Amino acid sequence: MELLIDIFMSFAKVGLFTFGGGYAALRLIQSEIIISKAWLTMEEFLDVVAIAEVTPGPIALNASTFIGYKLSGIPGAIVGTVGVIFFPVLIMLVLTYFVNKLKDNKKMKAIKTMLRAVVIGLIASAAYTMGAAALGSTLSLVIFAAALAAVILLKADPILLLLVTAVVGAIIRI
Amino acid sequence: MTGTKKPSLREIFTLFFKVGMFTIGGGYVMVPVMQKEIAEKRNWMSKEEFTDMLGITQAAPGPIAINTATYVGYTLRRKSGAAAAVLGCTLPSLLVITVIAALFPSFMKYSFFQSAFKAARPAVVALIAAAVIKLSKSCVSKPLYLAIAVIAFLANCFLKVSPFPIIVACALLALVLPEEAL
Repeated sequence: MELLIDIFMSFAKVGLFTFGGGYAALRLIQSEIIISKAWLTMEEFLDVVAIAEVTPGPIALNASTFIGYKLSGIPGAIVGTVGVIFFPVLIMLVLTYFVNKLKDNKKMKAIKTMLRAVVIGLIASAAYTMGAAALGSTLSLVIFAAALAAVILLKADPILLLLVTAVVGAIIRI
Repeated sequence: MTGTKKPSLREIFTLFFKVGMFTIGGGYVMVPVMQKEIAEKRNWMSKEEFTDMLGITQAAPGPIAINTATYVGYTLRRKSGAAAAVLGCTLPSLLVITVIAALFPSFMKYSFFQSAFKAARPAVVALIAAAVIKLSKSCVSKPLYLAIAVIAFLANCFLKVSPFPIIVACALLALVLPEEAL
C-alpha cells in the first residue's frame, strides 16, 4: 500500500510539471523515477521509452503505466496512470469551466484569436522537430509525401492512414 | 456550442477510445485525428472552437491527449462527459501496456512492432503538417497573427522555449493591445 501511494505521488508530480507534451514528461520521469527514487535502472528506462513510443497512447501515459506495472503489478499500472493524469484533468476542468463561462467576453475573444495563431506556430514546430527525426531515409520521405498528398488532396481519414502505413510497414519490415 | 449536436456519453467514450488507440508517437498526432473526427465528421464543435481548444490544452500541464479529452468531454457534457472522454483516452494505453508488460517482457525484440512504428512515423509527420496547413487557412487572417505564428514557431522549435510561457506572453499581449490592432 505504501508503495502504491508512493507511485501515485511520484507520477502526480510528473503530471503536474509536464508542460509541452510527452517528451517533457520523460525528462521528469527520468529525474523523479530513475535518479531520485532509483526504481528503475537507466537501461530499463530506455526500454520503457522505446516501448512507450511504439505503442498506442500518449507517451507519458504509456511510460507511467509501464513503470507502475513493473513496480507493483496491475494495481501499480492503474495507480501510475491515474497519478499522471490527476492534476492535468483537475486543472483542465477548472480552465474549461472558465473558458466556457467567459465565452462571450471581449477580452477572452481577443485572447482566443491570438492563441489560434500561437498554436499554429507550436504545432508547426512539433511537425518540424518530428520531421527532422523521422524523415532521414528516402523511403520515409516517400511515405511522408504520399501521406501528405492523401490527406490534402484525397482528404484521407487520418486513422485509416496510420493503420495502413503501420500494417504495410510491419509486413514489408522496413 | 454553436449549432452542434450533443453526443451521448457512450459516443464520447468510444471516440476517445479510438483517439487513444491511434495516438502513436506523441500527443500531437491526435490534433489531425480529432480535427477530422470532431470538427469535420461529427460536427460536435466548429472549426473555430476546435482551434481555440488547442490553445487552452497546451497552456495547461499534462499530456495533450488527456487535456484535450478533458476539455472536449466537459464542453460537451460537463463532468460526466469529461470522465467518459478521459477514461476512453486512457484505457487503450492501460490495456495495451499492461498486456505487454505482463506477457512480452522482451517486447522490443519483436522487430514487427518497430517496423510498424517506423512506417507510421512519416505519416504522423504528414498528418501534423497537413493540420498546420488546414488551421492556418482559417486562423491567420492578418499580418499580426502571421507574425505571432512565426515567432511561436521559432521560439519553440529553435530556442526551445516551452509552450506555456509562449502562450501566457501572447495572451497578455492580446489583453494590452488596443482592440483595433487585433
